[in-house]
Amino acid sequence: MADTVRLRIKRQLSPDSSPFWEEFEVPMTHGMNVIACLVEIQKNPVTKDGKKTTPVAWECSCLEEVCGACTMIINGRVRQACSALVKDLEQPIVLEPMTKFPVVRDLVVDRQKMFDNLMKVKAWVPIDGTHNMGPGPKIPEPERAIHYELSKCMTCGCCLEVCPQFNEKSDFMGAQIISQVRLFNFHPSGASLKEDRLHVLMGKGGISECGNAQNCVEVCPKEIPLTHSIGEVGRQVTLQALKDWFMK
Amino acid sequence: MTEVAVDNSFYYRRIHSLLGIFPIGLFILEHFFTNSFAVHGAAVYNGKIEFFKELPYLFAIELLFIFLPLAIHGLYGLYIVYTGEPNNLQYGYFRNWMYLIQRVTGVILLFFIGWHVYVTRVSALLYGTEVSYQYMAQMFRNPVVFWWMVIGIISAAFHFANGIWSFCIVWGITTGPRAQKWMGKATIVLFLVLAFVGIRALLAFHI
Repeated sequence: MADTVRLRIKRQLSPDSSPFWEEFEVPMTHGMNVIACLVEIQKNPVTKDGKKTTPVAWECSCLEEVCGACTMIINGRVRQACSALVKDLEQPIVLEPMTKFPVVRDLVVDRQKMFDNLMKVKAWVPIDGTHNMGPGPKIPEPERAIHYELSKCMTCGCCLEVCPQFNEKSDFMGAQIISQVRLFNFHPSGASLKEDRLHVLMGKGGISECGNAQNCVEVCPKEIPLTHSIGEVGRQVTLQALKDWFMK
Repeated sequence: MTEVAVDNSFYYRRIHSLLGIFPIGLFILEHFFTNSFAVHGAAVYNGKIEFFKELPYLFAIELLFIFLPLAIHGLYGLYIVYTGEPNNLQYGYFRNWMYLIQRVTGVILLFFIGWHVYVTRVSALLYGTEVSYQYMAQMFRNPVVFWWMVIGIISAAFHFANGIWSFCIVWGITTGPRAQKWMGKATIVLFLVLAFVGIRALLAFHI
């Protein structure tokens, strides 16, 4: 008999219904990841005890850890299901939806809040105008290398899931947003919105809600220097506050 | 364009951070140092108490540089504790434990300093209690008070030292990981030194 993979999945059929657990057993294949296990369950939605059930819902897109859609809690640790290989995981593999975002169904959560916050801090380079703005300025190589690291953010939400300050009691926007503010403030054209961004981060849910637990940088799957960004943007808001107080 | 609600939490939080160093941190250094005179015995220690009693504008100094900063830092700190949801059992990283201990010591200190100020200062104002080496030694003879003092001293040393570490990130002094790591080590040394100085001063009353 071929090897099997045992899974324990926290399920929830609708945003308002209460969660429950179900166990599954699927055949193991070579190089299998957690997504492949979920595909097997979808093909044959029967629990370990032989009870017919609804297929487990999940999200995924790129399958190469660059989109963040399949982020979930796997054996107690938040990460992407596509890069979680079965051979590296203890069984039964426990799958839970992220806890800091509203559950849509099973392992699918609504991460809209992160995108709303990106809008709030104007995380873009303004290039639209009534006239041609010409080619963008050249960025020196050492700076570009840092930009690249920061630009790897895929808005997966791991940094927020592990942040003790990101919860329903505070409006903290979290490391992801602060790091994107650093990225776009860095950019020669993006810097034209620097003050706007810093003022948003000096408001409700801004950078001062950070408690420096530094879990974000530990779990970031793209190894983005998030705590470095928090320090840098901390310096930028300090200087901005001094400017607001003494030069305006 | 929607109106952005006026929110001063950034400034409150920065004031909280600043007060922790100036004047509270400086006061802790002075306080640990001055109480260390106890190692030279009752006469020297009581002499220092007399010196402080005779400071001009004493009440204003105590109010503006000790009492009010402590009250603001402590009460806003409680609010900060409330906004956090620790997850140390799931994510047991070193700095995450420091985050939790910073909050636990903060809450302990709110009670400890409240009691400490009452028995050594407020009771003198209200009931004319004579605060002296003998009074302190008498109090520390009770083992409950003695161990409560040990907890308070270690909590204060930790909270101040670790607070310097986060202060340096918050204000953008140590922005990079190397600087933060170095500062982490330096503040652990400061914690150990302060704890040593504080406990030694406490033990000086026990001989």
